[in-house]
Amino acid sequence: MLERLGLRSMEDLLEPVPEEVRLRRPLNLPPALAEPDLKRLMMGMAARNKSLDRVISFLGAGSYERAIPSVVPHLQRRSEFVTSYTPYQPEVSQGMLQAIYEFQTMVCQLTGLDIANASLYDGATALVEAVFMALGPGGQGEVVISAAIDPQYRRVLRTYAHARGFSVREVATENGVTSLTALEAAIGPQTVAVAIQQPNFFGCIEDVKAIEPLVHRHSRTVFISVTSEPASFGLLASPAEYQADIAVGELMSFGNPLSFGGPALGFLAARERFLRLMPGRLVGQTVEEGSARQTGYVLTLQAREQHIRRERATSNICTNQSLLAVGATIYMAALGKEGLRELAALCLHKAHYAQRQIGALPGFEPAFSAPFFDEFVIRLPISANRLQEHLLQYDIIGGYDLGRDYPDLANHMLFCVTEMRTRDDIDRLVAALKEVAA
Amino acid sequence: MSVEPLIFEKGAPGRRAATLPALDVPAEPVEGLVPPHLLRQEPAPLPEVSEIEIVRHYTHLSQRNFGVDTGFYPLGSCTMKYNPKLHEDMAALPGFALLHPLQPESTVQGAIQLEYELEQYLAEIAGMARVTLQPSAGAHGELTGLMLIKAYHEQRGEGHRNLVLIPDNAHGTNPASATLAGYRAVEIKTDPATGGLDMDRLRSLLDSQGGQVAAIMLTNPNTLGIFDQNAVEIARLVHEAGGQLYYDGANANAVLGITRPGDMGFDVVHFNLHKTCSTPHGGGGPGAGPIGVKEHLVPFLPGPLPAKDEQGNYYWADPGPLSIGKVRANTGNFGVLVRAYTYIRTYGPEGLLRVAQSAILNANYLRHELASDYEIAFPQVRLCQHEFVATAQRQKQESGVTANDIAKRLLDFGMYAPTVYFPLIVHEAMMIEPTETETRETLDYFIKVMRQIAQEARSNPEIVKTAPHTTPVGRLDQALAARRPNLRWKPGQEATHGLGQLL
Repeated sequence: MLERLGLRSMEDLLEPVPEEVRLRRPLNLPPALAEPDLKRLMMGMAARNKSLDRVISFLGAGSYERAIPSVVPHLQRRSEFVTSYTPYQPEVSQGMLQAIYEFQTMVCQLTGLDIANASLYDGATALVEAVFMALGPGGQGEVVISAAIDPQYRRVLRTYAHARGFSVREVATENGVTSLTALEAAIGPQTVAVAIQQPNFFGCIEDVKAIEPLVHRHSRTVFISVTSEPASFGLLASPAEYQADIAVGELMSFGNPLSFGGPALGFLAARERFLRLMPGRLVGQTVEEGSARQTGYVLTLQAREQHIRRERATSNICTNQSLLAVGATIYMAALGKEGLRELAALCLHKAHYAQRQIGALPGFEPAFSAPFFDEFVIRLPISANRLQEHLLQYDIIGGYDLGRDYPDLANHMLFCVTEMRTRDDIDRLVAALKEVAA
Repeated sequence: MSVEPLIFEKGAPGRRAATLPALDVPAEPVEGLVPPHLLRQEPAPLPEVSEIEIVRHYTHLSQRNFGVDTGFYPLGSCTMKYNPKLHEDMAALPGFALLHPLQPESTVQGAIQLEYELEQYLAEIAGMARVTLQPSAGAHGELTGLMLIKAYHEQRGEGHRNLVLIPDNAHGTNPASATLAGYRAVEIKTDPATGGLDMDRLRSLLDSQGGQVAAIMLTNPNTLGIFDQNAVEIARLVHEAGGQLYYDGANANAVLGITRPGDMGFDVVHFNLHKTCSTPHGGGGPGAGPIGVKEHLVPFLPGPLPAKDEQGNYYWADPGPLSIGKVRANTGNFGVLVRAYTYIRTYGPEGLLRVAQSAILNANYLRHELASDYEIAFPQVRLCQHEFVATAQRQKQESGVTANDIAKRLLDFGMYAPTVYFPLIVHEAMMIEPTETETRETLDYFIKVMRQIAQEARSNPEIVKTAPHTTPVGRLDQALAARRPNLRWKPGQEATHGLGQLL
């Protein structure tokens, strides 16, 4: 091939790269490994982790351990899906396009809202995108958010707020839920959007029906709901039922492994009037040109997007989380209408059983009396760190140390109990806690 | 041809595939646990289908999708190289896949180690001081990088700098990211003589508005596949004016082991690991867009950062008080990072250099062989890098056959299409990136087909203009899709038609 080009060597081929910037030494990287050697190395590194199949975990806090039916990875990992690019040529990308259209539909079914996009990076950046939709093209204004929104989501929102130049006002909580009086006082005509998490970061169920009229008292204020535990959609009122305008959150736990927190699966659904402000890819159904008129799917309304609109795009997102959306779609199809309800009920009942058992131990007290879904906060008799170390002896990972984010909740732990925990798991946790009970 | 109905059009009430764990605890009445007004009234109407219906449906969908495993995928600037199967197996190891992001550090030593080492590998490849693995994709890396630059200027009391210079051939994400970072994008034309940045324009912009310039964003080689000879001079000029240099790493496949953005003078660089390190694209994602920075930007990086203590234990280090904050939840697209780590360890230093060399050789070979039938953008540039832009200008003039028509006709031959109509500055552009993993035979077949299409454009243009002819669906009505958006299925929606024609 070099010969065809009239070149003598690879060195000739690299002539366009000026000598002053050429790297004239090998990269300082470990030498190449053959597949069997590399496998051994990787498996050794993986073995240094206590993965969830080797411990009993009560961690949630935005990431939920969930049963994944075998049918999901088997179909999701079909290489025609895995090795394709964003479906720019629809005639040979109908599979991915149709799967995303089904995903968009299922997100609408979960949230009850009119439209949904093809996915966003994660729940935190989905919240940011929802705020951008509310702010509109100028990107200015004030947003009110509850302090019971996932602290990581709030940190991400503040990072973007600083760069873009909008302001974020936080509303305090009371008994584990957003304070209605503080919320009412914070919302004014200047408020562009209000964001509430349901269930919130503490696992508590917000009285969204009481919050909504406070938000919509000013007709232009956008009500954004955030959900990081999608199992709750099986039992709790949908965002549409409590009049949310935009619903965002995290769907990773539906069919995709936790994978140390990423890749995740942000979703975004909205009322129809937000259509032209939607970020990211949208798949639409259409028909063939000409006389055949057979149904097909395409990427649509691309005039919103960065590759067309450039600096005036609704978002800069290009690569999204398509393959995870396919996994979530297959998962939801496998679960079905009744399965979703059953999943939610399992989480609810198991979490309440655990909360009652732990709360009965001397020194362990439920921090809040607000209703909760599958996570709950317990005040501990010792520090969260010491308790975690104690539990690890039994290959149990306790809940999340809330003192890391809320100084007034030092020595408080957020326990999560999904469908994955058996009564035996819970009883073992309770037995281990009993050893440190006052 | 047949249509695959939607999953919602299948199944029957009561049908279900997944089973759930037993309810093994006492169940209190739901109404006693959740206030009734906060309970869902209408259940989510998810499909009710059996497992075999699901399996056949999504198998059929996969068969209606073209990937690198199906055939040649010369999509320019997307680096559609072969995705090693080993990557998938490694990411699926329970020791990596089944980790909660908030586990105590002592239980995730291997995972933090992997991130720690990958960060060092990427810093070495880019010629940078440190790397953050957090950004979820290239565009997310761009935005994070611009946020770092903004924080840097603010800290130096130069927060008034509000302009980001971007060449007219840049990816659309560059100007979109600049806007999100609170900047105004200023376009710089391409020099028609060199295909590089118009240096006169750059100098005059810096003369008149240099004090306002926060950064310049460049891709090198650029989207024309041309290595900008003036990279070092650009760096000098922009730095002199007090601006920072951002390197869009979408085309990093061309520079591995040959040159490094850091050595060219750039301050920030992002990687698209789904491109350069062949973690697959997954039909549009997930990707990962780590960014590397020079020493002066390290204090602004998002946290936490993987670190190692003297005993050899790994932990998460908090960033300092100057950090821009978090840009996403948790620490990155770990599953993608595992694949990128596997890729770099598979190739090693010599292997990565060969990757870049072969990618450049393959692109130059195609460019050379196609020049007889297609106009090549910037033909005066003797050698391209890992990609090049051919055009359908001759075909359009002679027979009305467009770049889009040629793209569609390629599908009939079992190949994906190049990126068309990009970069925007070339009319009827077809941006072709063969990558290093294709065989000579595949490249020769592509050349043969492209020549045949050029011949068809002369002798039988209709067959090109009405292509594709062999795909599951023909050309779709894009205008209708945008005019009457149908973005979701609804009960009662007319059944997906087409099946009737088959019965």
